Order: sequence, then structure tokens, then C-alpha cells
Amino acid sequence: MLEGKRLLVTGLITEQSLAFGVAKLAQEHGAQVILTGFGRMSLVERIAKRLPAPAPVLELDVTNAEQLDSLADRVKEHADGLDGVLHSIAYAPPSALGGGFLTAPWEDVATALHVSAFSFKSLAMATLPLLSKGAGIVGMDFDASQAWPVYDWMGVSKATLESTCRYLARDLGPKGIRVNLVAAGPVRTLAAKSIPGFEAFEEAWTGRAPLGWSLTDSEPVAKACLALLSDWFPATTGEIVHVDGGFHAVGV
Amino acid sequence: MTRDEIREGLAEILEEVAGVNPDDAAEDKSFTDDLDVDSLSMVEVVVAAEERFDVKIPDDEVQNLKTVGDAVSFIEKAGK
Repeated sequence: MLEGKRLLVTGLITEQSLAFGVAKLAQEHGAQVILTGFGRMSLVERIAKRLPAPAPVLELDVTNAEQLDSLADRVKEHADGLDGVLHSIAYAPPSALGGGFLTAPWEDVATALHVSAFSFKSLAMATLPLLSKGAGIVGMDFDASQAWPVYDWMGVSKATLESTCRYLARDLGPKGIRVNLVAAGPVRTLAAKSIPGFEAFEEAWTGRAPLGWSLTDSEPVAKACLALLSDWFPATTGEIVHVDGGFHAVGV
Repeated sequence: MTRDEIREGLAEILEEVAGVNPDDAAEDKSFTDDLDVDSLSMVEVVVAAEERFDVKIPDDEVQNLKTVGDAVSFIEKAGK
């Protein structure tokens, strides 16, 4: 399904990262993977070596204009173009998560929105010169249609991400580029574990999802991301695919 | 591998990853309280230790490794 596809995968930091699951499965299905990492590059490099095949790692801070501007050229050192891009990037300062909704200062909220939502547009524009008709961009979402415990401004950031996805789909559609999101259930990644009170999601999800839900298996999410990046969703854009065991579809 | 050899290996990793002075990495020292190793650095220390000592340190186990000695003991057992 992915033979010969060239994919840019962001957001890998540990083996539990959703991005690691996507990169691993992509390689196993014949794709060429290029990674980007942020901050602790030595850790990203170490984790990249645990993938089935070698993958170059580029540094990318999505709030850094210079790094965004040079991204396409840096990718070109490894591939002539890209068939898919995975955005798996989010951050909120501690004040904006875990119960600080009413008191978080604008500067921290702005950081959350910049890194977690505006960056979807930034990454799309930075990679646009490499994308051709039929290419796909996929972002990692957490259902933002309702308010959650402790998720606070990250929830607002995800709502912004969902809207950003629709506007990107509108503006990139004429170029034949698809933009979609995967709204995943909770998985114990480094990012999830840094949310104080994350356990609240764990219990609710495993109990309510009609299909059940594994907190430690990122493969269902990876499969959906790769399906959306493949040629098998050619007429789907601006969409949010829930990969949550069906949690969103049922009440108490 | 002896406890001392494991501790020395860990001290090298702590220096490389978190800038800890190898002389400070004694067995009774706490990673967070004494050596100022932040959580992300700790993740990398664990990954580097897995590679160096050819062991698997499960995610759930990491929270139990409070001191250098805890980590040495775990690696000593896991390596057997």
C-alpha cells in the first residue's frame, strides 16, 4: 500500500510516540521515511535507530521561521519530493493544562496554539514545494467537540487544529493535496504522561469504547494515519477520522 | 559486569546526556533531587543505558529507579 511512498514524519521522541508507530509501520510496508525532531535531538537520533530501517533526522522547531524556510531544501537532500506528511506535534505550558483553564496567561495559551495548531499550517506550507497531486497531510487530533477534564487549553488548541485542517483542505484542495486528522483515543505517550490527571481518560475510555481500547498499543492509530496518507482515500479531505474504539459515538 | 562497572557506565551516560559530574554519580544519589536530571533527560538516560548494557528497562519500571543505586541494581539483575 505504501511501496515507494516518501513520507515526512514529525514528532518522534520515544518508542511510545505515535510518530514512532507510524514510522515503523510505514517502513514495514515499503515507505521511505524522513524524520524531524525537536529539542532533544540526541534522543530522537537514538530512537530513530530503533526503527526497522535507517531514517534521516532533520531538526525542526515549528515556531522557528528559518528552520521552516529551509525544511524543503533539507528534505531534498534525501528525497526529490514527498507523498505524505505526518504532523504529530503539540505542546502546552504547564499553566495551560491540568486544571489551570481559568488562570493560564495569554502568553502560555499563545504558545499552545502556536505549537499545536498554527504549526499545522506552517508545516503544510514548508513542505508544499515537495508535494504533488494526490499527496496527503495528516495531523494528530484529540476530539475537540466537547470539554474534557484537565485538557484545558490543549483542548482549545485541538479545536483550532480541527478548524485549521478544514481551511487547509479548502486552500490545498485545488492542488490535489488532501489534509485530514486522526482523532485518537488516549495512548500512554510521553506527551500524555506529562498531562496531570491523564488517568481520568484512561479509565473512562477503556470502560466505554464499544470496541475496547488499548492505552499502550499505537498500531491502530498508525494504521489509520497511513491509510489516509496512502492512495486509498483519494477523495477525502478536511476530515476527522476517529480512531478511539468508538468512544465518541456512544453516551454513558 | 560488576556493580562498579555498571555505575561507571551510568556515570558516563549521565555526563553525556545531562552534564552530571561523574564524581557526583554515587549510588545513593537521587537522579532528580541530587543530580538535577529532568524528566526528558531521564528518558534519554534510560534509552542510552538500554543500549550500553543491552537490557530492556520497561516504561513502568523507570519511576521506581529513584537513585543511581536503584538503576545499577536493575541493570545488574536484568543483565543476568
